Formats: sequence, C-alpha cells, structure tokens
Amino acid sequence: MASRALACQTLHELRDLIQQDPTAAEHLLEELLDRIAQLNGRLHAYLAEPDRKRLRQQVREQLKACPNGKLRGIPITVKDNICIQGEETTCASRILQGFRSPYDATVIERLRREGAVLMPRANMDEFAFGSSTENSAFGPTRNPWATDRVPGGSSGGSAAAVAADLAIGALGSDTGGSIRQPASFCGIVGMKPTYGRVSRYGLVAFASSLDQIGPLTKDVTDAAILLSVIAGHDARDSTSAPVEVPDYVSQLNTSVKGLRIGLPKLPEEGLDHEVNDSLAEAVKAFERLGCQTTSVELRQIDKAIATYYIIATAEASSNLARYDGVQYGYRAVGSGLGVEGSGQAQSPEPRTQNALLDMYLTTRTSGFGDEPKRRILLGTYVLSHGYYDAYYLKGMKVRTLIKQDFDEAFKRCDLVVMPTAPSPAFRLGEKIDDPLQMYLSDIYTISANLAGVPAVSIPCGLSKAGLPIGMQLLTAPFREDLLLRAAYAYEQATDWHRRQPGL
Amino acid sequence: MNYESVIGLEVHLQLSTKTKLFCGCLTKFGAPPNSQTCPVCLGLPGVLPVLNEQAFAWGIKVALALNCQIANVMKFDRKQYFYPDLPKNFQISQYDQPLSQHGHLDITVGEQAKRIGITRVHMEEDAGKLLHDTGGASSFVDFNRTGVPLLEIVSEPDIRSSDEAYHYLTELKAILQYLDVSTCNMEEGSLRCDTNVSLRSPGVAAFGAKVEVKNLNSFRAVKLALEYETKRQAAQLDRGDRIVQETRLWNAKKAITGPMRSKEEAADYRYFPEPDLVPFVIEPSVIERVRAGLPELPAQRRVRFQQRHQLSAYDAQGIAQDRALADLFEQALETYPKPKPVANWIMGDLSAYLNAHAVTLADVKLRPEWLGHLLQLIEEGTLSGKMAKDVLQQVLERGVDPVELVNQGSLRQVVDADALERIAEDVVQAFPKSVEDYGKGKTNALMYLVGQAMKRSQGKANPEQMTEMLKRKLVSRP
Repeated sequence: MASRALACQTLHELRDLIQQDPTAAEHLLEELLDRIAQLNGRLHAYLAEPDRKRLRQQVREQLKACPNGKLRGIPITVKDNICIQGEETTCASRILQGFRSPYDATVIERLRREGAVLMPRANMDEFAFGSSTENSAFGPTRNPWATDRVPGGSSGGSAAAVAADLAIGALGSDTGGSIRQPASFCGIVGMKPTYGRVSRYGLVAFASSLDQIGPLTKDVTDAAILLSVIAGHDARDSTSAPVEVPDYVSQLNTSVKGLRIGLPKLPEEGLDHEVNDSLAEAVKAFERLGCQTTSVELRQIDKAIATYYIIATAEASSNLARYDGVQYGYRAVGSGLGVEGSGQAQSPEPRTQNALLDMYLTTRTSGFGDEPKRRILLGTYVLSHGYYDAYYLKGMKVRTLIKQDFDEAFKRCDLVVMPTAPSPAFRLGEKIDDPLQMYLSDIYTISANLAGVPAVSIPCGLSKAGLPIGMQLLTAPFREDLLLRAAYAYEQATDWHRRQPGL
Repeated sequence: MNYESVIGLEVHLQLSTKTKLFCGCLTKFGAPPNSQTCPVCLGLPGVLPVLNEQAFAWGIKVALALNCQIANVMKFDRKQYFYPDLPKNFQISQYDQPLSQHGHLDITVGEQAKRIGITRVHMEEDAGKLLHDTGGASSFVDFNRTGVPLLEIVSEPDIRSSDEAYHYLTELKAILQYLDVSTCNMEEGSLRCDTNVSLRSPGVAAFGAKVEVKNLNSFRAVKLALEYETKRQAAQLDRGDRIVQETRLWNAKKAITGPMRSKEEAADYRYFPEPDLVPFVIEPSVIERVRAGLPELPAQRRVRFQQRHQLSAYDAQGIAQDRALADLFEQALETYPKPKPVANWIMGDLSAYLNAHAVTLADVKLRPEWLGHLLQLIEEGTLSGKMAKDVLQQVLERGVDPVELVNQGSLRQVVDADALERIAEDVVQAFPKSVEDYGKGKTNALMYLVGQAMKRSQGKANPEQMTEMLKRKLVSRP
C-alpha cells in the first residue's frame, strides 16, 4: 500500500487503487472514520456521527454490487437537502427534524448505481440560505484552513468535509454560489452545472428556477467523474434538459490553446486586492497555456444581487410554505388540532380555525431560524398584490437581460474568468449580523444562476494569512466539458489544488 | 320592485384520467384514505411535478367542445394559501394565461335559444379532503384526491335566471358526458358548481355587488339557491339596504343561504409562474388532432334526430341529452327501423325504470338489438303492449334477449283463434249473470268477462282480440 494516507488521495487515484485491490475501500473507510472521530468535533462538517457498522456493511455491499462502478467503494457525503431514502433530511432546519425521506433523489440513485458509499449528511446553512454555514440550526461548520473562519456556504459542510479529507467527494447545491463560494473558501473544486444538466428531483427546493446540484471535489478530474455520474435527463424533473452528456473525463487532456478568455469589468467594491492579484496571475497562466484574453461586457451584473434576492426569495417563500407541521417534520408542542385551541371558543368551528392558525404560527415561528424567516417575509412581500409588477416581474425582466449579457459575451469568448468570492474566508460572526454584507459575498457567483450557465471554482492562490483563493470560470450552457478542460489545464500548470490545510 | 338577476357559474370538473395530474397515482373514487398517494402528491420535500399528457389533451378537448380559443403556450402558476388539505400550501393552477378563453355554450329555455359566454377553461390540481372527528377534537386529511386533474370552467355573467342556470348546467354536463372525460357525478364531487349572483334594476348597465354561493350539491340545489338568493337580495334592496359582497353557503336542509362562518378577507393568492413546470408551446397540430377526434355533440345530435328521424323536439332533447340513451336509440334502429316507437319506449318505460331504480343505462344490461327485438315482438303481435312492459323489466333485470324469454314458453301471446274461442266460451258458460247483465245494457259486464278471460289465459291472450270475440258471442246469444 502507498505510504500516503488513503484519505488524502483523490477520487480518481482511489478508484484506480480499489480497482486493483478492493480491500483498499475498507481501509479507506477506516481512515476516514478515524479522521472524522478526530476532527469532526472541531469542524462540524458532518451533522451526525457515522454509523460505523452500517458504513462497513455499505462498503462490502457496494464492492460486490457494482464491480464496474465509476465510484466503487468511494465515500461521498451529501448535503443535507438532498433526499436519501430512510435517512433524515433536515436541510439543517429544526422544522424538518425527524423527517425521513421515503425516496432517493435521482442523484442518489445514480451515486448508488456507480458504487458510491454514502457518508453521513453534510452540514449547511438552513435551507441553503446563507454564505457561511453559520445559519445551520445545528451549529456552524468551521473552515479546515483556519477554524475561526467560516467554510463558506451554504454547502459549507460538503466543502469542509472534502477539504479536511473527511470525505473523498461531496454533493452540494448551488442557488447563488452555494457550491462555488465554499469551494473557494476551502481550497477545493466546486461546480455548478448548467440549469437542467442535473436532475433536481429529490433536492429540497430553495429557489426552483436557480437551484442546481453539483460536485465538490479535490481536483478537476474528480469533478469530471462525479459530474458524469449525476448529469443527464430525468423524466421526473420537467426542467431537466434532454441533452446528451459528453464524456467529460476523456476530454480533460484536450489542449486549451486558442481558447478565448473573456475578462469582464466587475464592480470592485469590496474586492480584496489579494484576490485580485491571484486572479491576475491566473489569467497570465492561461495566456502561457496559449489562451487569448479579451474584455467582455456584462452590463447588468451590478443588478444581479438585487434581482437574485427578489426571485430567489419569492420562490423560497412558496417552496417553504409546506413546512407547516401538518404532515411531517416538526410540530410545535402545544399547538395544533386536537389540542385546546386558543381564544374564547363559541362553537367548534371557530375553535378549530384558531387551533389550526395557532399550529401554523407556533410551528413556523419556532421551527424556522432567522434567515428563513427573513427570506419568507421578503419573498411574500415581493409577490403580494400590488407589488408583483414592481418587484417580481421587473426582476424577471432584468434576469432576461443578464442572460442576454452572457449570450453576447459567449459570442466573443469561450470562457469568462472572474473571482469566485470578493475575499478569502471571513471570520465566524463577522457578517452574521449584517445580512446585506453576507449577501454581497455572492456578488460574483449569482449571475451564473440567473443566466443558467455553468460555472466552476478552482483554487488559484493562498492569501498571506494562508487562506485559499478561488477563481471562477463560466461558459455557455451545456459546455461543462469546456469548463472542465480549461480548469484541468490550469490545474496541471499550477499546484494550488495540492495545498492542504494544516489541521 | 323587479330586478334583473345577473348570474355566473363556476364549474370544477374532475377529469377521469387513470392517474393524477402531476404524478402516477391512481384516481379511483372511494379508495381507503391515503392509499392513492406518493411523495409527489403528498408534497414531500424535494419532489417535482410532471404533467399528465392525457389530462392536457382532455383539457383541450373540453375547451374545443365549448368553442374556446386555445392558448399558444401552456403555463402553470402557483396559487398560494394555507390549508391542511393542500400539502404544498399552494395549488398548481393557471392564472394569467389559462389553457383557453372566449368560448360559448348555447342553451334553449322554453322556445328561447340563448348563448352563454365561457370566460375561460383552465387546468389545476384538486385538493385533498378534511375529515372532522364528530367530537370536534381532531381532524384528519385524506390526500387521495390531492392532485386529481381538474378543469375550472367559468361562465360569463350572461345568465339571467335560475332556469337558464339549470339549462346551462344540464347542457354542459351533457357535452362533458359526450366527451367521455369525467364521471360528472356531483355526489362524488367529480362535478362541482359555485355561482355568483347579483341584482340590478332594469335598464341599469352596471352590475350590482355580487354574492358567491357555495356548497351546491346538485343542479336542483343551484336552481333553488339562486331562487332563494335573488329573493333575499331583492328584499334587501327593497328595504333600501346595500348588498355586501360576500360568500354564502347553501343549506339544503333549510333551503336558505347563510354567510360563511368566517368573514372572508380579501384573499391575496400571490400567484406566480410555477418554476418547476416549464411553459411549452401548444402546437396547432396537437389542437387539430384533438379537434378531429371530437365526437358529435348533443346539440348536433338533437338536430339530426329531429331531421333524419322526425323526432319531436321534446324526444330529441330527452334522448340526445344522454349519450348512452342516444347511442341506444340509434343502434336499436338498426334492428327495428321505426324511430317513433323506439323513442317512445326509451322516453317512456326505459327512462321510468332507470329513474325508479336510480340507475343509469350503464348499470343495466340492455343491448340495443334487444330493444329492437322487443318492438318486433309487439309488431308481430307476439307480445301485447302490457306484456312487453313486463318483458322489458325482465330484460333489464336479467340481461336476456326478449326473444329468448318468449321462446322459453310461458310468455307467448295466444293468437291461436281456436284457443281464444275456447276460453271465451268457458267464460260465457261460467258467468251467466254477467252475460245477462250485458244483455240488459250494462256494458261494464263485458269488461268483467274480458278480465276473467285474460285471467284464464294467464295474461297470454291479446285483450283487444278477446274483447271482440266476447262481444260477438254475446250479441249472437238469444
């Protein structure tokens, strides 16, 4: 066996190892379990303690069941908003505590089919609302590079688990940057595929027209493998695109010579100069690889945050209406039908009405954290009678303009390069009381969701304080192959992806 | 004072597709609670809707039959409100771009033809059912109905009387049954109706404040509720009171409307486009395919029945109204090509039987050719009219060909003159007193003798024939 710890290796290295010697999968699991026991208390990347017995059994079963699986014996953690049959899926919210999904999300079916081993659930911001994972109802996740810092969010648990070698790969969801920003904060690769590339069936909806599931991995090859497993049309998701999935992995080595790299002029407010410098270096690296740079215009990008917080909250307010204590999850004690209703009851009917309203109010008031409440209120407001045209409708129009900006840009270039986040990871508590500052940490990632285009974040530097910096590549819809090729070429030319947090 | 009623009707129709609108669950009525559910119709976290193509096609079918214009794009919206029978706390419905608009339906009230506008026909999912514990301590939800495809058919406020409303509904139901897209059963809730009614003084163009009336469980209830509501509103206006815009419930037992338990607040449903269902273009070729498959509708059939078969307007209406009866009529003509008697038997004895037993034609086993056979047997004189009535009853109850019943024996009418002669002679011998009475001019005596003769023939004698024979015998007596 290699002297390098198995847990520290990439998915593709481990896949080859397990192919030669299936028992490596069992050793790998043991290493991970040891690391989790040692580190998860500090990081809180995982929401639950691993069930060692069941995991060992899962490894044995998957080795046997999927001899040719692309992920045979590979431990993957899944963000807590993707449904796994029989497992608790809480979205890191109190209101879903106790909810066990009776079905597998499509991506989970696909992971299982390829032999993956499903690790415990990864922590996240409640209902994916946040950029720091501080909004988890079950406590924040910490950044493996500096535990006084946030891992980003909302897929912070997924990113931290992969960066700290507590999982070999992870699935997250990205509505406004929730895969890319934590990947950038944790020094790993994170991709948001084209809207419609990966089935959303089984992903607990935040903003249905923006959500996408994507991989968080240690390098680009791993991202290509994981994406090739989860991508593709699904009849259960009407927004999933019937577009052929190319072989991402075999194309990675294709030369990027001659690719045109577009550099947009971005709002510089709040852009950290170290991030700016790293990005400039990265662009030079692309030029050395034979790419041409050109400037492109994304004129509406300064309106992206405002647009996003109208559309995303509107959809969220609707998607979260179902958490009412009636059918599943949490119901506030002392509320509800069957329990004495409040108020002076004159007849059974008004009392029932009061009891019902009482159940809704107490359940939702005590079940949701502050950020969901804030977004439900915002979203309800923008959809209200008399405000719809001024907010939601206008937001949808600006969204169309943003999409057109990208269409135009991709006529002039193959890829757009920009920072993933304006700064490296910030400290816990630094922005939690200032939602607007928190929202601004998604300033560069949000447009990709509004436009529906694919984007990837890859490590491109370290700050003086030793914190990872991420670069974001974006391209035209369904050209993830191009994105991965460019990212791979850059990765081969640099070694940022090999840097490890000093845990 | 006399007021004009302005009435609009809102009909909710459950489509009888095999599966629900957005998932693969069955839609059978009366299944055990929550047995026809899945994560999708239960609105569990993470699920997504996928449109049922059959329901979509049937929606177009209904819209075309109601002369509507079909939208260019099929788009769904979310209608948001909290209620425990709505698992997502929003209903997938259609708001600003309904499946179809600008249709109409022609009705005839008395001799008067009238066109009622159809504002829109749109598609949405049904909600579940709440079941309340009789003690009032707890409530239960049955999600079997959740997600069953519904069409909402909204009329223009073109209806001016409870009679017109009744005719609109019966004509609409007839059309829907012809289209074979719904069971149209109000008791099971596959057809539901709400109504809006307001009054205005003659000559006034503006509408008065409208009152919505719900909880109407039959067409009769709609008629009665509208009659009640117009009177109530008129009395209120006569007193100089204003009509408040509100929703009232029909109380069938007391035959009155009453205000809904809670004061209805101005509902804000916060409609917005359903992001999980991508709008799609309704291809003209799809519409044309559905149009080509439209059956003949009741109005066309009525005309045909009057023109080709010379039925009276009344018979044509009565038979064409029910697709099954109309099919029976036409198919029976293939065996017995005389429309009038076939229509008479359908409108008479057959309808009476169905009404008396509260069943439909589908519930009895009557083949069209059997009705034809029955009429042939009458024409041949094998069965008397009275016997034929009994035979029809047996046919309906046992599901056998009347020819078979007759051939089994006992039923054949005695036409054999010798046999009749013998019976007549026996009766004359047995009842000398009646014979004497008849001789004294008491014509009733003849009726008595005929009755006795029929009894002796066990009903198999032809009564007219027997009367003639007895008359002859009595006259020839000294």
